[in-house]
Amino acid sequence: MSVNQVSVFLENKPGTLNKMTQALAKGGVNIRALSLADTNDFGIVRMIVNDVYEATSVLKEENFVATFTPVLIYAVSDETGSLDKILRAFTESEVNIEYMYAFAGKKNAYMIFRVTDTKKAEALLNGKGLKSLTQEEIAEV
Amino acid sequence: MERYFQEELECAPREKILALQNEKLLAQVKNVWENVPYYRAKMQEKNLTPDDIKSVDDLHKLPFLSKADLKAAYPYGLLARPLKDCVRIQSTSGTTGKRVVAFYTQHDIDVWEECCARAIVAAGGTNEDVCQVSYGYGLFTGGPGLNGGSHKVGCLTIPASSGNTERQIMFIMDLSATILCCTPSYAAYLGETMKEMGLTPEQIPLKAGIFGAEAWSEEMRRDIEKTLGIKAYDIYGLTEISGPGVSFECSEQHGMHINEDHFIAEIIDPDTGEVLPEGTQGELVFTSLDKEAFPLLRYRTRDICTLTREKCSCGRTHVRMTKPRGRSDDMLIIRGVNVFPSQIETVLLNNGYAANYQIIVDRVNNTDTFDINVEMTPDMFTDNVGEIQARRKVLEDGLRAMLGIKAKVTLVNPKTITRSEGKAVRVIDKRKI
Ligand SMILES: [Zn+2]
Repeated sequence: MSVNQVSVFLENKPGTLNKMTQALAKGGVNIRALSLADTNDFGIVRMIVNDVYEATSVLKEENFVATFTPVLIYAVSDETGSLDKILRAFTESEVNIEYMYAFAGKKNAYMIFRVTDTKKAEALLNGKGLKSLTQEEIAEV
Repeated sequence: MERYFQEELECAPREKILALQNEKLLAQVKNVWENVPYYRAKMQEKNLTPDDIKSVDDLHKLPFLSKADLKAAYPYGLLARPLKDCVRIQSTSGTTGKRVVAFYTQHDIDVWEECCARAIVAAGGTNEDVCQVSYGYGLFTGGPGLNGGSHKVGCLTIPASSGNTERQIMFIMDLSATILCCTPSYAAYLGETMKEMGLTPEQIPLKAGIFGAEAWSEEMRRDIEKTLGIKAYDIYGLTEISGPGVSFECSEQHGMHINEDHFIAEIIDPDTGEVLPEGTQGELVFTSLDKEAFPLLRYRTRDICTLTREKCSCGRTHVRMTKPRGRSDDMLIIRGVNVFPSQIETVLLNNGYAANYQIIVDRVNNTDTFDINVEMTPDMFTDNVGEIQARRKVLEDGLRAMLGIKAKVTLVNPKTITRSEGKAVRVIDKRKI
């Protein structure tokens, strides 16, 4: 199952990112993973959070534009070659990775992938024995 | 062959028009003096009585009316007829905060609709045409005006009103609409949507469009003409004077003929109020000669344009005005080019952004910098950086096409544009000149 990532538009002004994290903290939203795509004059924050609906509603109240983006999350165990195995599976599936970022859980590290065709990638990787995490599973790790 | 709705008036010799204007002006001044205490007081301030106005040559002596007067006299202070004679109001939101409410007798509505009929016939319309009116109906003058004009011409009228694009296109295609009346930005939007649906200009039955109520460029005209396979005609008007049809384009598509048998146009210096010679750019001022209920004398439109009496090949003798470039008090001169916020608004809306923006002008090393902050909207946001940049590029190209100079667009969070007393501050001019 793909997971809903929250993507947020950030204007390039000092303190904007902090204003966003403040809004989320006030709303009791826990950020599990965060990555920032930056250009000269604007940015996009991508986050995995514990409650996507609460997150988008508090962000909207604070005048942020946010949207959901489906991403795939895989556990990467602390062994040689485990990331390579996942990336190889994407290559063989001929699915392009738009971007990826990572976060550490209690036991494993986790990689978050945004790909051109989420459904296709998920099915093909599933066929290779790689199961992506669900929204509920993310909350547990 | 050029066709006219009222040839004897539209093509009348100049002397005949002048004689008509003289006669109507004297009667109108008398009417206003007797029935509108607000304007009588303004005349008395200048020590004027109706006897001082003997012909159009004396028009310049009369006091101006402006938006501020409309606000001060709101709602009934400029009404010249008892309510029993009035049959309708139309209204528009004013930039000064109060709505403009204009009143009409049945005669006023007939004259207004005849003016719109002239515009439709000038665009080639006959009683064989199917005319789709996609301006908003209701308080806005666009829908009711063109609707009435279409009836007077005898077109089969489709009162589609604005919105519901799918239904608009269905009527155009199923009923073979030949004339489309709407705002230019909506025409462009309809055109794009029909193109996306795979409809070619040859398949679209429309042959002419009458587009007004907002600023649009020649480039936009060519785009609309190409995608819809039509000739696009400009129409001008304002609620205070009657509505659309105060002036309209003929087959020449080069300036709009002002219906001089009903309105006298002047061009003044917006700063001094002095009347400027023909061909000079300035603020357009109208005097309505036939209006019974809401007769405004020397009303300052704040629209900047020029007038020309050059002979027009269409045969009409009425003076032509250039497309107004926007409101005088909003105009900015950036790198020597006149820029009107209304033009920027049009481009933003055409490109899917909200009309929430702020212009920041500064001067660095003797060159003007021109930045526009535009609020990001949920519709224009995507998770893809490249896509956001591509959309912004389309917007910047559109602005350059409309304005003639390049502006740098910065995307900002919603509702972050500075507001003052609830109204967004649209322009910050930091230049020290
Ligand atoms: Zn003409």
